Amino acid sequence: MDREPNPQEAEVPGAPDQVAAHPRLELLGITKVYPSVVANDRVSLRVMPGEIHAVLGENGAGKSTLMKIIYGVARPDAGEILWENHQVGIASPAAARKLGIGMVFQHFSLFETLTVAQNISLALDGRQSPARLAPRIRAVSEEYGLPVDPGRLVHSMSVGERQRVEIVRCLLQSPRLLIMDEPTSVLTPQAVLKLFESLRRLAAEGCSILYISHKLDEIQALCDRATVLRAGRVSGTANPKEETSRSLAELMIGKELPTCTLAPRVPGEVRLAVRNLSLATDDPFGTELRGIGLELCGGEILGIAGVSGNGQQEFLKALSGETPLADPGAVRIGAKDAGRLSPGERRALGLCFVPEERLGRGAVPELSLADNALLTGYVPAYDTGMLRHGLIQSGAVQSFARDVIARFKVKCGGERSQAGSLSGGNLQKFIVGRETSLSPKVMLLAQPTWGVDIGASMLIRQAIIDLRDQGVAVLVVSEELDELMMISDRIAVLAEGRLSRSIPVASASIDQIGVWMSGNFEQGPGDGATSPSRTGATGAVEHDPA
Amino acid sequence: MIRLEARTEASQKMMLASPLIAALAMLVTGSMLFVFLGQDPFHAFYVYFIKPASTVYGVGELLLKATPLTLCGVGLALGFRANVGNIGADGQLTMGAIAGGCVALYFPDVHAAWLLPLMLLAGALGGMAWAAIPALLRIRYNANEILVSLMLVYVAYLVLSYLVHGPLRDPEGFNFPQSRMFQDAALLPVLVHGLRVNAAFPLALVVVAAAWFFCDRTLAGFRMRVSGIAPAAAAYAGFSERRNVWLSFLISGALAGLAGVGEVAGPIGQLQPSVSTGYGFAAIIVAYVGRLHPLGVLLAALLMSLLYIGGESAQMELQMPSAITGLFQGLLLFYLLAADLFIYYRFKPRLKLAPPAVPVAEPGAPS
Repeated sequence: MDREPNPQEAEVPGAPDQVAAHPRLELLGITKVYPSVVANDRVSLRVMPGEIHAVLGENGAGKSTLMKIIYGVARPDAGEILWENHQVGIASPAAARKLGIGMVFQHFSLFETLTVAQNISLALDGRQSPARLAPRIRAVSEEYGLPVDPGRLVHSMSVGERQRVEIVRCLLQSPRLLIMDEPTSVLTPQAVLKLFESLRRLAAEGCSILYISHKLDEIQALCDRATVLRAGRVSGTANPKEETSRSLAELMIGKELPTCTLAPRVPGEVRLAVRNLSLATDDPFGTELRGIGLELCGGEILGIAGVSGNGQQEFLKALSGETPLADPGAVRIGAKDAGRLSPGERRALGLCFVPEERLGRGAVPELSLADNALLTGYVPAYDTGMLRHGLIQSGAVQSFARDVIARFKVKCGGERSQAGSLSGGNLQKFIVGRETSLSPKVMLLAQPTWGVDIGASMLIRQAIIDLRDQGVAVLVVSEELDELMMISDRIAVLAEGRLSRSIPVASASIDQIGVWMSGNFEQGPGDGATSPSRTGATGAVEHDPA
Repeated sequence: MIRLEARTEASQKMMLASPLIAALAMLVTGSMLFVFLGQDPFHAFYVYFIKPASTVYGVGELLLKATPLTLCGVGLALGFRANVGNIGADGQLTMGAIAGGCVALYFPDVHAAWLLPLMLLAGALGGMAWAAIPALLRIRYNANEILVSLMLVYVAYLVLSYLVHGPLRDPEGFNFPQSRMFQDAALLPVLVHGLRVNAAFPLALVVVAAAWFFCDRTLAGFRMRVSGIAPAAAAYAGFSERRNVWLSFLISGALAGLAGVGEVAGPIGQLQPSVSTGYGFAAIIVAYVGRLHPLGVLLAALLMSLLYIGGESAQMELQMPSAITGLFQGLLLFYLLAADLFIYYRFKPRLKLAPPAVPVAEPGAPS
């Protein structure tokens, strides 16, 4: 790295408040008005050199707009930006990069058909050839604990891996201010700790960090100061280390925090059984599935943890039917062998699925929400009345969509709004709402709250728990371990295409799940400690690949 | 410097305005071309675009030529919506004409009313059969349907040529490569005495209405649309790609086949070495100018028909080369594709210059 730490800054890492120097970045009364909404209303913010500064807020609170203004994507309607005490106007992202501002976006901006090195070369304005960059990429990715292969094509990478590319790309630009938008949502607990180490090292070198997140424990662990936004305004600033998660969250949403609880429940009959599911992959960077087995009963939630890229996509596609299987018995839904059935036929057996990708898979961005309700609601077995003799009953479709919008508090212009015009969190609420309203027998969810704000996450988690309490068999694949610990009855880990045995959440510890995540199933949680009262019905039949 | 930036949402206004802009740009460029050819542009414009449609007979011709363009265009539009690239409608039209014509030639003495419906049915099946080949190859072997359907056009031309030079040649036709003239019962009735426009035109209108209903109200139409814009969402929802490919090809093949019967049982009245004036290819432009919507296809077919007739009129009155029709078609498609860019992009508003404290940098997209 060719960063030149300012000696004055380097002297006082971790104690930036005492620095007499001027702030690295100061925003004064930034206001941004969009035709329908005031995104930022007189927002002021001050980031000192070497400070890790959190920006907290729900979706739609104006965090992203504010970051876009700092990064030169959007222009403020009023207010001043001071960079190192000089007033500046940041006209474009390239201008921002020239000042020394780097940003890791929540929605990635990588070209899928290019390699990692080619993407990074483009992002560095193409001045260095990918071949020359490759060793630097390797060095930086190792230094900061973010393993990335520069020669790999981006389209074969999972969300988590793509995020690593984005972070490495920014680090290569030797930024003086790094903006990170929800960076840890797809990392293992160990990787999060490593990232935090890297960020602290960066901060110690004098780089300021603006850290956007909704994970309060992370902000408390990492950040020196927090600016909380609510509805476009600063609702407060705090030292997160002196606040509780609860007080921060309440500052953020402006009211009492809803909680979700898991009442004990005896599981019902087996609704989904996977036996010895192995699947080779055509994609050189895909993950081969090896001997996966599980049983899932009505009225229970099985959480599958693991870092993305360990076979999650392949496993879910095999369950949903998007990848057909050769062995009909590899997947059983209810009492029926479903391995060779198409996604539509599996849905007819009562399967519902919330996929990881919202735009283009879970929903069609160009179509209205009503049409997106029809996307999966058409299946006759769901009995939604959307279809009669092959004809679309637009009245039923619209009232279904309106019902989902109302019950899940989806912020949109109505059922005629284009799906692509919704924010990520709102679209996810719509998709989860749609799938749960189809009276499923088996529900699959992939990353249900990825990039979703805390209020909406709670709503979605509660909806998942409600399904369980109605007797639905629920499988949640998530990279957020906290989430799985909160809502699962049992938890298992997918690593390198193999699935561990499942253990009751009550007897699982985060450290040991972390060991499983690295692919080592030999030792680990629950050894000899499985509580028979909760796993008696299902634990005995679990397949153990080890 | 002019820069383009992506719109956040596709512009509906531009979607509708784009064909009009393209038509206007085509007229302007065409007029300039007339000037270069030494013609008075206003007179040439009159001869090309006004005169052909200013008589009752001219309007009849306009509708007559719009008929095969509409039939083929609607079929192709349905396929294009599902992202199925059938560009072989001319071959399917030719095979439809052969199948329908064979029925007429097989029953030379039948004067009953069932003959015409049978010919139309045979034509539709003939077009479908020809369209089934690229569909099958795409599904079984993942062969590119655009190439296969295009190549099969020339095979169909050769089949027709073989038939009219050989087995189907009129024995009393002085060795001309053409079949016997069809009897009256095998000809589509004309709508108005003295005009050539026939019953195929109202049939095309029915097809437009049916296609509109299909796209808007049926699950099959919805499935095809979703597959076209978001294949991953279609797979997720359980829409079979196979079924969409089959449906697209069979529908467009059947409609092209109908158009073929409409030609041989209409203005031509027999099988000849060539039964199409490139309608199947012009229908590709028609489908896109019509925004892949059945009603739009009808309007675009009328415009395209005017280009055909105006081209003939310009050849006769202004001694223009016959290439003029193709040239105007090409201009229209060219400008349409250019104007379509602005559905998804717009000119970036000029940026205010940054204060001098900031290093002035190239504006660019977030990378």
